[in-house]
Amino acid sequence: MSLSGFARARIGALTVLSGALALAACSTTGSANTANETAIEDEEPQFAALTEAEGPFPSTYSRYPGTETLIIPATVYDGAGGKIENGWVHFRDGEIVAVGGPTSAPPDVANIIDGAGKFVTPGIIDIHSHLGDYPSPGVAAHADGNEATSPTTPDVWAEHSVWPQDPGFSRAMANGGITSLQILPGSANLMGGRTVTLKNVPSRTVQGMKFPGAPYGFKMACGENPKRVYGGRGRKPSTRMGNFAVNRQTWYDAIDYANKDEADRKRDLAKETLAGVLAGDILVHNHCYRADEMALVMDMAKEVGYKVTAFHHAVEAYKIGDLLRENDVCSAIWADWYGFKMEAYDGILENAALLQKEGACVVIHSDSQNDIQRLNQEAAKARKAGLRMGLDISEGTAIQWITLNAAKAMGIADMTGSLEPGKMADLVLWNGDPLSVYSRPEKVWIDGALMFDAMDRKRRPVSDFELGQPGEGDVK
Amino acid sequence: MKALFTLAASALALAAAPASGQDFVIANATVATGDGSEPVENGAVIVEGGRVIFAGSAEGRSFATDLVIDAKGAFVTPGIFATVTTLGLVDVNAVRDSNDTRAGGSPFSAALDTAPVVNPNAQNILIHRAAGITRAATSTMPSGSIFAGQGSIIDLDSDGTPIMQARAFQMVDLGEGGAARAGGSRASTYTLFRAALREAQALIGARGTPQTTEIAKGEEVMLSRFDAEALVPVVRGRQKLYVAVERAADIRSVIALKREFTQLDLVIVGASEGWLVASAIAASGIPVIADGLDDLPSGFDQLAATQSNIGRMAKAGVKVAINAASMENPRRLQQHAGNLVALTKVPGADGLSWGQAFAAISSVPAEISGLGGRVGVLAPGAIGDIVIWDGDPLEVGSVPTRVFIGGVEQPLGNHQSRLKDRYRDLDESDLPKAYDW
Repeated sequence: MSLSGFARARIGALTVLSGALALAACSTTGSANTANETAIEDEEPQFAALTEAEGPFPSTYSRYPGTETLIIPATVYDGAGGKIENGWVHFRDGEIVAVGGPTSAPPDVANIIDGAGKFVTPGIIDIHSHLGDYPSPGVAAHADGNEATSPTTPDVWAEHSVWPQDPGFSRAMANGGITSLQILPGSANLMGGRTVTLKNVPSRTVQGMKFPGAPYGFKMACGENPKRVYGGRGRKPSTRMGNFAVNRQTWYDAIDYANKDEADRKRDLAKETLAGVLAGDILVHNHCYRADEMALVMDMAKEVGYKVTAFHHAVEAYKIGDLLRENDVCSAIWADWYGFKMEAYDGILENAALLQKEGACVVIHSDSQNDIQRLNQEAAKARKAGLRMGLDISEGTAIQWITLNAAKAMGIADMTGSLEPGKMADLVLWNGDPLSVYSRPEKVWIDGALMFDAMDRKRRPVSDFELGQPGEGDVK
Repeated sequence: MKALFTLAASALALAAAPASGQDFVIANATVATGDGSEPVENGAVIVEGGRVIFAGSAEGRSFATDLVIDAKGAFVTPGIFATVTTLGLVDVNAVRDSNDTRAGGSPFSAALDTAPVVNPNAQNILIHRAAGITRAATSTMPSGSIFAGQGSIIDLDSDGTPIMQARAFQMVDLGEGGAARAGGSRASTYTLFRAALREAQALIGARGTPQTTEIAKGEEVMLSRFDAEALVPVVRGRQKLYVAVERAADIRSVIALKREFTQLDLVIVGASEGWLVASAIAASGIPVIADGLDDLPSGFDQLAATQSNIGRMAKAGVKVAINAASMENPRRLQQHAGNLVALTKVPGADGLSWGQAFAAISSVPAEISGLGGRVGVLAPGAIGDIVIWDGDPLEVGSVPTRVFIGGVEQPLGNHQSRLKDRYRDLDESDLPKAYDW
């Protein structure tokens, strides 16, 4: 993440501590009461917190009412790389029913939206966001993204920092067509904590946004940030070798924990997450810029027995596209960020295109409350850079970078990310080609419910924070 | 030797790079002059002696020239004028040794001068030249005090002499950031600011001699006599004063400064809530360098931020350019301008026409810098800063194919383009990549 955000994080780290303690105490008390009442057999412990399998902090999201709809005719990017001219999309009861082209007969549906001259894509997905954990206004009291008090904090969960009233969520929907997003802890720590995947629906609680059935992610960070934060305090790690040493020992300890029978081990919030990673239930999202460092991380993962799902930022991924392909690791990257720190010095516009050419997995991400509103443009930018050097990258592929590929790397591709029958009806109607700077979302559906409509100002979410403020309900 | 040509759609296959000072014509171009007008097809740009002598529709027009460049229908525009930037002042932001944009530990503030320190070989200059930016306002940023120092107007050409106009403007932060640097509140900011300008007034005609005591806080000198001296041209209206503010109330206070210090030549920078006071800004005649796409309440000083801000100010008659400091890097200026065009199709939103949007990154920032008619525009007498593009320059991902600065074609290679060339493939079967250059 950017330096400015990081500076804020360091201020906020002190204030988050008391809040996190209070939350932990609260959940223990609540579940203990439940356990107490249901305990029957004598050998059962009198007190027990819910286990991971029992799903603490469950999602309370359920889809809002929607209308069976046929969008016809429209240019359809299906998210899986395809582009259908003169196509149509049919959705009902929150699900995609069918997608067709000019030669297939559309169904008879009462609610028809004329998409002539317009484009349909799956809902856009941002795999790397700090909305809610670094919300607007970006005051110190809101800086909840980095628990920068220890280089390894696998025990923290990003969802406990997400402020659902962040106005950034609505901007991401209205201007960027974002329907799902992953919120990560920041990169101050080698192990920053659990991520959370959200549906981009306004909600009073974060539980009301949690994507049902999405696996957790685990945020890791290599390189400059952890060694600077902790080295600056005169403690380990202060070097890249220190980064690896701390990581490896932490994994060894986690392996010991995971090998013990549950009865023989004390519950350990941090190690439960690490064990979840070792078991493959929790997906690793590793902030890492340099090619050589990514290669080392992939070997560390082999050494201790986990898999890196995606490298985030990965500005030098183009140097090792072959390795990334062979190891089946995605690169979640910007189109044009470079040079803001030493490890970003070799960022080039062609990163995505060169990875695509090597057959490696590309995801375009934002890491920004601003760029999340224009992921479509960032994908277009990255595609054009490839075309300029003679790489044939289809428009559909560029859309796939911000839809299906993001969904795959977040473990939700069987539910969203492309316009396939049975998948969630998360989709965007654009007023022009989304790969053009001149186009904007006209309508956004999440699970078939119309959550944004540029033609109806009351279908524009306004957060609590914005009520009674200048510009309330403005187009933004 | 000059040859006489008559422009037509026929073959003009004489393209080569013009040498220094060579006259040339770019024909068969989609010409956008940068003056706010819409692009014209079948246009031409004629350059003589490093200056533009004609730009526009040239059907059937005859001229004498050394060289004809066939644009094959491509967009041809003036170079982008980027304001406000730190181009040439930093190699890597987070590498302190390479970063001259801030000097929080310096006893000086307003006296800081970028002119001797701009590095024309900085990668950010090379990279932004390749992105079609030919001129820029570049400045240190407020760090030790509310005053940033004296910014320069630079060119981005390869001749090693970047300074076009030294000490072109002073910048001061009178918003939330300034308040933090002035001791913790806007009230302190304004007291410090007024005191500084009065100090400068007292120094008029008495250069080098302090008339009043220094303003100091603890051991941190917030305004030395050298800083006061540097503000003399500001209070006399001979050096522009860029004032960074976001909140509508702060903008009104800036406008009111003109009543107290009548000679100030003010420019407002940021202005995220400018649309709330657009008519007052327009009436003041103060131009604005506005954040292009800010639409979040990122602080309590921009609760009303909206992407429609620039469109609404322009509609009210404000002269408004897009602020290059409000984006990830200045090469996104075109993208921001294009987004403002997109807003014209969004119900309830206010944007800019294509011509207006392009002007907001070319002629308007040049005019705000006092260089109207000389740069940022293709018009007779303008300096020959010309870009030929591979697509619509406001469309995302479009880049220049050729860039001319002062009538001289520029090299477009840089660290990034060399990395791209090297890693076009990953083949190391014969030798490591280090030998591939």
